[in-house]
Amino acid sequence: MIPELGHFALILALLVATVQTLVPLVGAHRGNPAWMAAGGPAALAQMLLVAVSFGALTYAYVVSDFTVANVVANSHSLKPMLYKVTGVWGNHEGSMLLWILILAVFGAAVALFGNNLPPSLKARVLGIQGLIGIGFISFTLFTSNPFERIFPPPLDGQDLNPLLQDPGLAFHPPMLYLGYVGFSVAFAFAIAALLEGKVDAAWARWVRPWTLAAWTFLTGGIALGSWWAYYELGWGGWWFWDPVENASFMPWLLGTALLHSAIVVEKRDTLKSWTILLAILTFSLSLLGTFIVRSGLLTSVHAFASDPDRGLYILAMLVVAIGGSLTLFAVRAPSLKGGGLFQPISREGGLVMNNLLLATATATILIGTLYPLILDALGGGLVTVGPPFFNLTFVPLMLPLVFVMGLGPLLAWKRADLPGVLSRLKVAAGVGLLAGLATLYVQNGGPVLAALAMGLAAWLFLAALTDLAEKVKLFRTPLADTWSRARGLPRSQYGTALAHAGLAIAIAGMVGSSAWKVEKISVMVPGETKQLSDYVFTFEGVERLPGPNYMSQTATFTVRDGDGRLIATMTPEKRVYPVAGMPTTEAAIHTRWLADLYAVIGDAEENGPGWTVRLYYEPLVPFLWLGSLVMMLGGLVSLSDRRLRVGAPRRKAAPLGPAVQPAE
Amino acid sequence: MSRAATRKKKRLYIALLGLISLGTATALVLTAFEDNLVFFYSPTDIAEKGLTPEQYVRIGGLVEEGSVRQLGDSRIAFRVTDMAHSIPVTYTGILPDLFREGQGVVAQGSIGDDGATFVAREVLARHDENYMPAEVAEALKASGEWRPESGQPPPR
Repeated sequence: MIPELGHFALILALLVATVQTLVPLVGAHRGNPAWMAAGGPAALAQMLLVAVSFGALTYAYVVSDFTVANVVANSHSLKPMLYKVTGVWGNHEGSMLLWILILAVFGAAVALFGNNLPPSLKARVLGIQGLIGIGFISFTLFTSNPFERIFPPPLDGQDLNPLLQDPGLAFHPPMLYLGYVGFSVAFAFAIAALLEGKVDAAWARWVRPWTLAAWTFLTGGIALGSWWAYYELGWGGWWFWDPVENASFMPWLLGTALLHSAIVVEKRDTLKSWTILLAILTFSLSLLGTFIVRSGLLTSVHAFASDPDRGLYILAMLVVAIGGSLTLFAVRAPSLKGGGLFQPISREGGLVMNNLLLATATATILIGTLYPLILDALGGGLVTVGPPFFNLTFVPLMLPLVFVMGLGPLLAWKRADLPGVLSRLKVAAGVGLLAGLATLYVQNGGPVLAALAMGLAAWLFLAALTDLAEKVKLFRTPLADTWSRARGLPRSQYGTALAHAGLAIAIAGMVGSSAWKVEKISVMVPGETKQLSDYVFTFEGVERLPGPNYMSQTATFTVRDGDGRLIATMTPEKRVYPVAGMPTTEAAIHTRWLADLYAVIGDAEENGPGWTVRLYYEPLVPFLWLGSLVMMLGGLVSLSDRRLRVGAPRRKAAPLGPAVQPAE
Repeated sequence: MSRAATRKKKRLYIALLGLISLGTATALVLTAFEDNLVFFYSPTDIAEKGLTPEQYVRIGGLVEEGSVRQLGDSRIAFRVTDMAHSIPVTYTGILPDLFREGQGVVAQGSIGDDGATFVAREVLARHDENYMPAEVAEALKASGEWRPESGQPPPR
């Protein structure tokens, strides 16, 4: 009964989404206020219906209703409650429903908090959101129905993939989706603006909080996924340039570009059509990301053939969404007039550099990710594009970006005084240079690139701090004055500095873990010791222990530092989940804050007391997670900026005069 | 200078920057492709065409039943087969959790100095026990040994 209720609510949501699309869009076209106003209630109704539907599926999981095929395939009565709930989105069908729920919540948020939007813009935004809703709800209903019943019902479920039974991964998809779907709002605003034929500072100010929120969530989602890969896969790495990872990274890169170009539209009324294009492309990549992960589109080209309905539907949706919006862009964008002029060396110039480099980096990742697909389709053979490709293309593009990032926030709008800026950054430059040289000296023959990147990370970190210090005139006026300046400084300025400093911290982590990681694979017998860096690992032995829904072989290592003091006991495990019939590896990680110690247990020797053991010394990895948190904090602080809370000033009724928009 | 001229100049700057970054990206992509495209070979391909030690490739197929041996010091030897031909592989390290005899596997590396044994630097089996690497499925189909009913589900 309850699952049917959910199914029915979803069907109703599809109908409401159709109303939400047609009525406001037609109303805005004809200038009919009553029709335009229909968008808000429709968005709220849609959110309620989708929430009922999602609640019904969650209920089926919580009570382990094994008459529902989806629950059978992904749950088990003995599974801990947390994973019963998170199992709802741990599969294709349920994750689609989560996507729709988030979309509906964001649509309702636009309806509730968008009271200061001009009615026609609000109507069009909600209409486009409804259109996206139609696409996703119909896809779910017709090709991936999570409420399908199974008869006869089995006695118990097949269990969720044990790798997914993990707190890190439980909350990774919701975070990621909050990011992906958040960009749908920016997309809806972009399409609405194209329909309106008007993009101005007020528009940019409305788009900014959504983009910022989406970016913050996506940052968190990617970091969470990376953290999960680090501790759960047991390979000692945190990023593999896997298609699935790239799929979430591409919208992040372009979303970052969008975040920055929207500032230019807001402050200087220029780069408009570029910003619109970025909004369209960012969401297109989010769509691609959603489908790549859940459809197996990229891990296997041939998966398309295994479910032709789903594949065709996805392809059709991508073509309509991306092709349609780009066509609209091509028709309408030329009428968007650019405003303010600027010199190459200026804040705008810096942001253009940021955008170019980020867009180029995204393009190279896109090529690397899709190339095997294209080559195979053309009959060129099966190839893999591995991490070396991405390292060789991505890193050289990022190094200049990090350099410009240090300068950017200190450059003035329109025309900047470069020597002046450089002289204010001399401390940052000096420390960066020293950090680079010190790294080169300490690592003694290690990669030069690591020294360069460390220097740039130090430069960026200090440049972000210098930016704040300059703005509050630290040490140049009495402290009381500095304090009042610091309190008066807009929060978005703190957000910028935090996000940039966070990236600097994360870069240090990336460099440390990829350049100076120590890995030791060996067979150890109980009592044997191994030394990694300054730490001595003693293998104490392996025990068999039962877990709630698995059996475990738990190894024990004691770790001592150089002076022989005991600093940690580490217990890596090998687990077997009997229901899914699947083994997993649980790495043991002990953090020393400046580095992680990481231990993995493999198989026992066939004829002997030894075990295969993998030990890692992972320098600076904690910096990665710290840096990601600081970046998210930057996003949140910026989101709390007064000018976003107060909302944008109302648009002037009459278009601005020729003084502001000079003729070509 | 008139404003229109300045605007044109500004556009020129941006277009020029765009072209430069596009050029850089193309150059980077092309050079990276040259050395880092890893081609896939089935055991039959290798038997027919051979491999040189300089070629860094992926091979794939099924782990031959009864072929997995421990050589000590965490070295492992096994054979990868597409049922028509098979090739000996050695690997040092911990095998992935889903590595089993009779299951699909992909190994990345190059042929050893003896010209016959494949020395794997990486061995991959996927996150999902139902998952058959696409290349392996293709290789098995090519060798006519694709039997979906024999407990080897097709890729999802």
